[in-house]
Amino acid sequence: MRADLKGLDTAALMANVMNDMYPDEHGRFGPFGGRYVPETLVPALDRLEAGVKRYLRDPDFLKEFHAELSSWVGRPTALTHARELSRRWGADIWLKREDLAHTGAHKINNSIGQVLLAKRLGAKRVIAETGAGQHGVASAAACARVGLPCIVYMGAVDMERQAPNVGRMKLLGATVMPVTSGDKTLRAAVDEALRDWVSDPNGTYYCLGSAIGPHPYPYIVRELQSVIGREAREQMLKATGALPDIAIACVGGGSNAIGLFHPFVKDRSVQLLGLEAGGLGTGLGQNAASLAYGKPGVLQGCYSLLLQDDDGQIQETHSVSAGLDYPGVGPEHALLQTIGRVRYEAATDEEALDALAEVCAAEGILPAIESSHAFAGAKRWARQNPGKRVLIGLSGRGDKDMPTLQRTLLKGVL
Amino acid sequence: MKPRDTISAAIQVARAKGQPAIVAFMTGGFPDRTSFAKHLHAVADAADVVEIGVPFTDPMADGTTIQRSSRAALAAGTTLKWILAELAAQSPKPKAPILLMSYLNPLLAFGLDELPQAAAKAGVSGFIIPDLPFEESADMRAALEPVGLALVQLVTPVTPPERLAMLCKASQGFVYAVTMTGTTGKNVAVPEEVVEYMQRVKAVSPIPVCAGFGIRSREQVERMGPAVDGVVVGSALVEVLERGEDPAAFLRGLKSG
Repeated sequence: MRADLKGLDTAALMANVMNDMYPDEHGRFGPFGGRYVPETLVPALDRLEAGVKRYLRDPDFLKEFHAELSSWVGRPTALTHARELSRRWGADIWLKREDLAHTGAHKINNSIGQVLLAKRLGAKRVIAETGAGQHGVASAAACARVGLPCIVYMGAVDMERQAPNVGRMKLLGATVMPVTSGDKTLRAAVDEALRDWVSDPNGTYYCLGSAIGPHPYPYIVRELQSVIGREAREQMLKATGALPDIAIACVGGGSNAIGLFHPFVKDRSVQLLGLEAGGLGTGLGQNAASLAYGKPGVLQGCYSLLLQDDDGQIQETHSVSAGLDYPGVGPEHALLQTIGRVRYEAATDEEALDALAEVCAAEGILPAIESSHAFAGAKRWARQNPGKRVLIGLSGRGDKDMPTLQRTLLKGVL
Repeated sequence: MKPRDTISAAIQVARAKGQPAIVAFMTGGFPDRTSFAKHLHAVADAADVVEIGVPFTDPMADGTTIQRSSRAALAAGTTLKWILAELAAQSPKPKAPILLMSYLNPLLAFGLDELPQAAAKAGVSGFIIPDLPFEESADMRAALEPVGLALVQLVTPVTPPERLAMLCKASQGFVYAVTMTGTTGKNVAVPEEVVEYMQRVKAVSPIPVCAGFGIRSREQVERMGPAVDGVVVGSALVEVLERGEDPAAFLRGLKSG
């Protein structure tokens, strides 16, 4: 729990990662993670942890979860060979199609898992935060499916830039609570959801949408999202007879990235690359790239890398994608970067939007702006590594981004 | 006497006079940096312990009033460094012992190596850190121990009995008994179960117990008073300062007779 990371034994941390030691019994991923919450939430997190231990490996629970994944979410999602991008970029490009999952993004894997868990734990209501609205929509849908009331906290800024998702949540029966405090984006929505949970820690289940927050959330989210990487690994072997040379995903809080990366972490031949939101540039406040520019600290329940000033105040972030617009990152990503197992780079707003247009034209697929960051990074990497097998996590579809695209790529076109 | 013992002592002195001690919360640098010291002295004259909030961008345990005062203080450039410098510069010192209430991140950014000495030098007697549960606090306690500063533990109505006893034993200065589940500032009625909960905390605590969150009126203080050693008044006092009213008169008005 320091503001610097001097003296870490990265070789030992790497060995622990390879031996599946994280999170440890204190909810830590090496130095990162932990549980920094008000005392009121400690018993609730203890109960959640006990519930996770009881159900996440329970055959009965897993049977129910996997049945929903296949018959309701539509898993396994396809692995698509991107023929035209492969030709253009000079590499063998494969897409893991989370955009084809029910509600249009990977978020549903986590939401249906957690809402099923909430029901087993006897919750009376489910709350969730959302940035791009994908986790809000997924949680609203999962709650409708399972039969629990759902309240979604969403920043006022995000409600405007992701308006179609607000309507979807309401149709799915959720109550959307506009958040006007703080920066009015994802981070303020998490603060507000935590305040709600503090008010009713016994009856409320907090369905956290990313691989962030206090233990055991980063672990729960990783376990529920790892289905992405497990499927992709098998599908790549089946389709190409080999593992990819690299797997690439976008990183905000890091849920789709940890879901894709985790099953490949022990495959040392597979490089892993995460793409953060580079926004408008490298200055403080211009981006949301916590791994690239952040310093260690504690925000919203966990110790990780944060965009903050010298006084420990959290910085406002900028990204064209609401889903990546967050000043922190999941603790496991902070560890994977520290030990060098995953490399993280930033893609700017402009690079992401260019990649989005290229993927649309080349493959007939409209990716989410979030996912387009991964394409921007993949293009860069493929150009420098011709002929390699590249697996891209296409975390969600871009229909929800039409209001933003009308203001940017389509400005003056329509 | 270690700095942290001055807190328990001040609460016990007030309690011995037949009244619960008043622990008064102010946001550092609020309502503005120029008048902060003047208000601090006025509050320290009327209260028994003063809690100074270090403003933070993400005060997740706080309600709208303290979110507002924190934002205003940050916008005016208030930092932990400024608060410590301002406290160190006070002569004479404020009449009541001073605690800093801070979320963890500003303290980490200041540096755990430098913080205890700097705080002790500024006349601070201890810390309340709402997002640092006991299990994560070993480094902080180890850092504060050599200079004798308190780390106050919080307990809540949902804290299980065994944990309650553990936290009361671990707490220093006093035990901060949160009156309700929720954030600061909501007006709390004082039903019988809250009084009973305070009595349960009191029964297991070796040090004074102060009730906080949502305490705004003399009626609440009178109702809670017999069960505890002190009460924490936060959002209501911040609102008094926001309205430009006299904080000392408000605090004196909380005591009976």
